[in-house]
Amino acid sequence: MSLKIKALKKSLWVYHMSGGSCNNCDIEILACLDPRFDIERFGMTLVGSPRHADVLLCTGIINKKCVERVKEVYAQTAKPCVVVAIGACSCSGGIFRDGYQMGGPLDKLIPVDIYIPGCPPKPEAMIAGIVKLLEKLK
Amino acid sequence: MAEDKKKKVIVPIGPYHPLLEEPEFFALYCDGEKVVDVDWQAGYNHRAIEKLSEAKHWDQVTFLVERICGICSTSHPFAYCNAVEDLLGASVPERARYIRCIIGELERIHSHLLWVGLAGHFLGYNTVFMWAWKYREPVLDMFEIITGNRNHYAMFKIGGVRRNIEEEDMPALRRVLKGLKVQLEMLTHAVLDDPVLGARLKGVGVLTKEHIKNFGAVGPVARASGIGGDIRKDDPYAAYPMLDFKVITAEHGDVFDKAVVRLLEMFESIKIIEQSLDAIEGKGGDIQTEIRDIPPGEGIGRHEAPRGECFHYIKSDGTNRPVRHKIRAPSYTNIPTFKASCIGQMIPDVAIILAGVDPCYCCTERVAVYDAGNKKKQMYDFSRLVEMSRQKTEKIKKEI
Ligand code: SF4
Repeated sequence: MSLKIKALKKSLWVYHMSGGSCNNCDIEILACLDPRFDIERFGMTLVGSPRHADVLLCTGIINKKCVERVKEVYAQTAKPCVVVAIGACSCSGGIFRDGYQMGGPLDKLIPVDIYIPGCPPKPEAMIAGIVKLLEKLK
Repeated sequence: MAEDKKKKVIVPIGPYHPLLEEPEFFALYCDGEKVVDVDWQAGYNHRAIEKLSEAKHWDQVTFLVERICGICSTSHPFAYCNAVEDLLGASVPERARYIRCIIGELERIHSHLLWVGLAGHFLGYNTVFMWAWKYREPVLDMFEIITGNRNHYAMFKIGGVRRNIEEEDMPALRRVLKGLKVQLEMLTHAVLDDPVLGARLKGVGVLTKEHIKNFGAVGPVARASGIGGDIRKDDPYAAYPMLDFKVITAEHGDVFDKAVVRLLEMFESIKIIEQSLDAIEGKGGDIQTEIRDIPPGEGIGRHEAPRGECFHYIKSDGTNRPVRHKIRAPSYTNIPTFKASCIGQMIPDVAIILAGVDPCYCCTERVAVYDAGNKKKQMYDFSRLVEMSRQKTEKIKKEI
């Protein structure tokens, strides 16, 4: 395990970005921070800038207007950076797959490390996903 | 005007946001600390829903419109089903009407709590955020008991609802509701009696009656300015005519009054849910009517979503899919009120004014200050805006 990965694993800072979602995935991500799920006790927190992020959470179909911006944000993150596709939308396009505004799914644009399906995935599912991610990093 | 604008400092907000909701873009034109004009650019969240709807079966559209917005994930199916039932002239069984109201009102509570939490967060009151989101969880539990999912409940169906509220779930629902009432009372007093919040929010982002009429604003935004429009009363549907509740209004139209309206509305919602549970408990009955063909014609459906009137228009040519489906969501008319409420205000207040309308505001991600005059460019991010907002709260705290 390289030093970088070792450092990355300690306390994950998460940048969340929505590329044309219905908000619900985004709200469930926030719900992970509330007193019931409280992922901050594991050292995870949301940060306001991609440059501080260890993990990039991406939701939504990534519509055509967002495509360039998503690539830009990914380019701005410090590597190694883990990309998580949250929700049916960013995994596959979900119900909006056939729409003319579909710019994604996410893995067409940037490399994705884990997929958390669901519409929306429950906070438990997201936490389980992150735990698996930590396992994978080891 | 264009010349004029060039001299001002431009503060673009968005399109990306660190917290939640849709990406949108605002540009604030500033003169020093003062905002003199606002521009709005949307489209970062366009998902071709109206077009997709024309390619889906009538029943599938219910699930599609549910995914327009995650917070109002009942409002759109509600309005859509109203529209199709208007076209059909179909009537919905009584039990289904009450269940629809229960879901609609639960959604109002969870949406308003979410707003209160985020507003607190922007003001630097993270305790309020944690409280509000903690009390929101029991509401989501109720959703889980009734529908099986925390969000995107898939309850609606043309002609009724898809799932019944089982008799054995009733005691659990009532228990949660009772606990919720106590918690909400505590939260409401804590927020409304706080002198700092009062000083911070009163007189900020005022919208007068004139503004509301000119912009056509709806929902809590309009009610906070004293215009009591509420589709549940004005054009009753589902079980609302049978239920007893008040439309909450306030006078001043500032952010504080918007908070008052939202907080008090939650108690009305609890009242409605209790009455609805009383009405259906132990009665049984159908929850859906069989609907086979949709004849050619047009239909209009409305619903009072947590943010205001949600409007759906559908047109059928007798096939199994709509030929035209037009949707107007409440934020669409509420967001342009920034033109009135932000102008003349200070930059630290902007975050909370934008939040006050409860649009999809966290769009406020990257804020860059451009000074066209001396070609200086300074990047602000949203956290900086929130930071400024919090510093102002701190200052007021010290003064009081
Ligand atoms: S996956 Fe579902 S909940 Fe998540 S953004 Fe897409 S439609 Fe919304």
